Amino acid sequence: MGKYVLKRIGLMIFTFLIITTICFVLIKMLPLPAVKAMGRDVKLILARREAMGYNKPILVQYALYWKHLLHGDMGLGEQMYTGLEITDVFFTKLPYTVIVNLYSILAAIPLGLLFGIYAALRKNQWQDHLVSTLVMLFISVPSYVWAFLVQYLLCYKTGWFSLTVASRETTEFFSWAMFTSMFPAIVSLGIYTIAGLTRFTRAELSEVLTGDYLLLARTKGLTKTQAVVRHALRNAMVPILPMILGEFIGILSGSLIIESIFAIPGIGALYVQSVNLRDYNFFMADTVFYTLIGLASGLVIDLSYGFIDPRIKMGAR
Amino acid sequence: MNEKFYEQYKDIPADKFKKRETTGKLADKKLATKPIGSFKDAMIRFRKNKSSVVAAVIILLLLLYALFIPLISPYDVTFRDGYYKMLLPRSETFAFLGWDGCKVQNETQAGYDYLSAIGYELNDSAVKEVRDVYQDANKGTTFYKLYVDSYDKVGFIFVDLTEKEYFALQDYQNQNDVQIIYPMPANYKTEFIAVSNGANLWYELADDSPANQGLSAHHDDEGNPIFVANYHTSSNPNRAKYDSKRIEGDNGGADGETWYTYAVKNQSGYRCRVLYKEYYHYTNGFYPNHLLGTNQHGQDIFACLGYAARLSFLLAISVSVLNFIIGIVYGAIEGYYGGAVDLILERISDVLASVPFLVVVTLFKMHLADKVGPLISLLFAFVLTGWIGIAHRVRTQFYRFKNQEYILAARTLGASDKRLIFRHILPNSLGTIITSTVLIIPGVIFSESMLSYLGIISLETSGLTSIGTMLSNGQAYVSTFPHIIAVPAVFISLLEISFNLFGNGLRDAFNPSLRGADE
Repeated sequence: MGKYVLKRIGLMIFTFLIITTICFVLIKMLPLPAVKAMGRDVKLILARREAMGYNKPILVQYALYWKHLLHGDMGLGEQMYTGLEITDVFFTKLPYTVIVNLYSILAAIPLGLLFGIYAALRKNQWQDHLVSTLVMLFISVPSYVWAFLVQYLLCYKTGWFSLTVASRETTEFFSWAMFTSMFPAIVSLGIYTIAGLTRFTRAELSEVLTGDYLLLARTKGLTKTQAVVRHALRNAMVPILPMILGEFIGILSGSLIIESIFAIPGIGALYVQSVNLRDYNFFMADTVFYTLIGLASGLVIDLSYGFIDPRIKMGAR
Repeated sequence: MNEKFYEQYKDIPADKFKKRETTGKLADKKLATKPIGSFKDAMIRFRKNKSSVVAAVIILLLLLYALFIPLISPYDVTFRDGYYKMLLPRSETFAFLGWDGCKVQNETQAGYDYLSAIGYELNDSAVKEVRDVYQDANKGTTFYKLYVDSYDKVGFIFVDLTEKEYFALQDYQNQNDVQIIYPMPANYKTEFIAVSNGANLWYELADDSPANQGLSAHHDDEGNPIFVANYHTSSNPNRAKYDSKRIEGDNGGADGETWYTYAVKNQSGYRCRVLYKEYYHYTNGFYPNHLLGTNQHGQDIFACLGYAARLSFLLAISVSVLNFIIGIVYGAIEGYYGGAVDLILERISDVLASVPFLVVVTLFKMHLADKVGPLISLLFAFVLTGWIGIAHRVRTQFYRFKNQEYILAARTLGASDKRLIFRHILPNSLGTIITSTVLIIPGVIFSESMLSYLGIISLETSGLTSIGTMLSNGQAYVSTFPHIIAVPAVFISLLEISFNLFGNGLRDAFNPSLRGADE
């Protein structure tokens, strides 16, 4: 087991190195944008470029890049947030993304599990058909269409919620005002998670429920609730829990489109801005971040199977 | 056995043979039905799934829409109209259902006067109905709830024509007996700040200052405006070389000397006041009719959607075909040869799959978009990582089948690797592969719309539009003109739902373990 984990982590680092190297080379092949900043920032940026070895061969630059990266230094914003440390900007933006996603999955997980379990227990009855149809609808229709609808209904038509997220200057991150201002975004994000989880739970649980050992559990005298909670649910959770874990890691990267529609100043907005303004330092930082998140969630999901269900031997032939 | 033994069976005469069966009855049963292959079986089971069939029909209709609307619509993406912007959907056939391009809007007295005056000269006012009159309790101002036609609201405009164009327009009027040029208002020189279009202020105003929003000078007791024509007049009946149709009532006045002025000369030619609907007909050859309205650039949404859908389908189908080919070849090599080949190829696809898709798209855009165009660079980005899923499926299928006995038999009979791969193993897994290939299409369309919406890619040029572009165009008007965003949103929702249902149906149909489950 330990060997398998180490092997997976080694592979992950290997993949990460390759991807960042390719991205680094591709970015360096692009013409270097001129410094458009004003005043003091120009000197600052030029000095930092010198320190990053912009005038040296690409291999030296690459080595310097890693040296800086390992010290948590991603460079300075050149086209946006000019003259500011990228790491600082990044960590002021990250909480917005994390909070919106955290609220939404905290609400979505219990609801998704509940609907899924309910539908599985009422399989092929009208309740199941209703839930399945709704799930189909919520999964198929693109998330941004739901977001437009939510925005139109909650923000414009009724005017219950504000269009923008509350400012950090006026309120705390975990305050009621922040929550209500983020509410439409939370709903839009949650819809999709609930639907996905419901579908998954329903499929897994209804498969487990047909198992022979459940029949045995009933014949030995367990009530239906006991059989479902003690036997079926625990087994159905084996694939469901890793998925939930994946969702939790996914909250870091968030959803670009929802952030864009509801004007949440998170890292998604940072990425879109960096692409449109061609700020390569920000772009590199975002790429490194998204790649890491993707790799880490894959790793955690794979490894968690072994921890959740000891019968699954990781890396066994 | 020796030669002699065979010798005795040579050259047997025909009469020595006897028919074994004479009654015409065969002991074996003849096949009562035609044999059913796996594909035919899948089709039969697919047809039983009603929701999937409906979804397939909807997909077909959307495809036909994308194919034929660009061909038959008088509008295209390059068609932009500066005045008929943000028109509401209107259908002449279904106007009675409320699909009439009209909208309820609240106006002050000045707004009411302005809108009623438009088309008053033609007995076809832009205000179709006054729904309600109410007082604002705080300020004591009166508000009108009006049902206004978004087409007629444009009314009249000033156009600057060269002398040639001006005479051509007059000739057109004479030949077709339509009134396009109308008399100039008396205060045509005033730049009305609040009212964008001074050409509609043809009546006596409460004051002639630039700040006037259209308030009429005369009202009846109930507040309805009374319009008194206030045209620019002249003693010369042919002023500005106007020699064409005149509006009713323009007969030189009581003294026979005051004629309405239809145009004024300026540096480049003539400025005249035209009825935009007729002028539009004159320049384009047809009257404006937008089934789904227009957007903020004055583009017809119905036609644009056709063009956008065509682009999306084209992109998505090319991507899925390319992914299908690459995925099959790659997956077959991995699965069939296994061992070190598999290990290396699998590592490569692992690394590729770990690159965030957004980053791929962005890098392709930065490097290639200027050289080969945004569409091709997007296609490359989709193909770069898109085939991995299919390759993975193919690989799994190969591992399942390659050690089975019938493959061994075929190999013993001397079948080549190529033959084994493409004739013996691949057909087994074709069902699932086709299903996942089909399901690439909605994925690509969704991703394109999302990326365009975010502005990471831009497929918008003067002659090109995409679903994502249409969505992002509409985003600013969600509250005021929701139809601009609703049309592409409904289209893509319908598409995604249909493809999902269709894909589910296909998957079940190609899944042999479900055979006979529903009977």
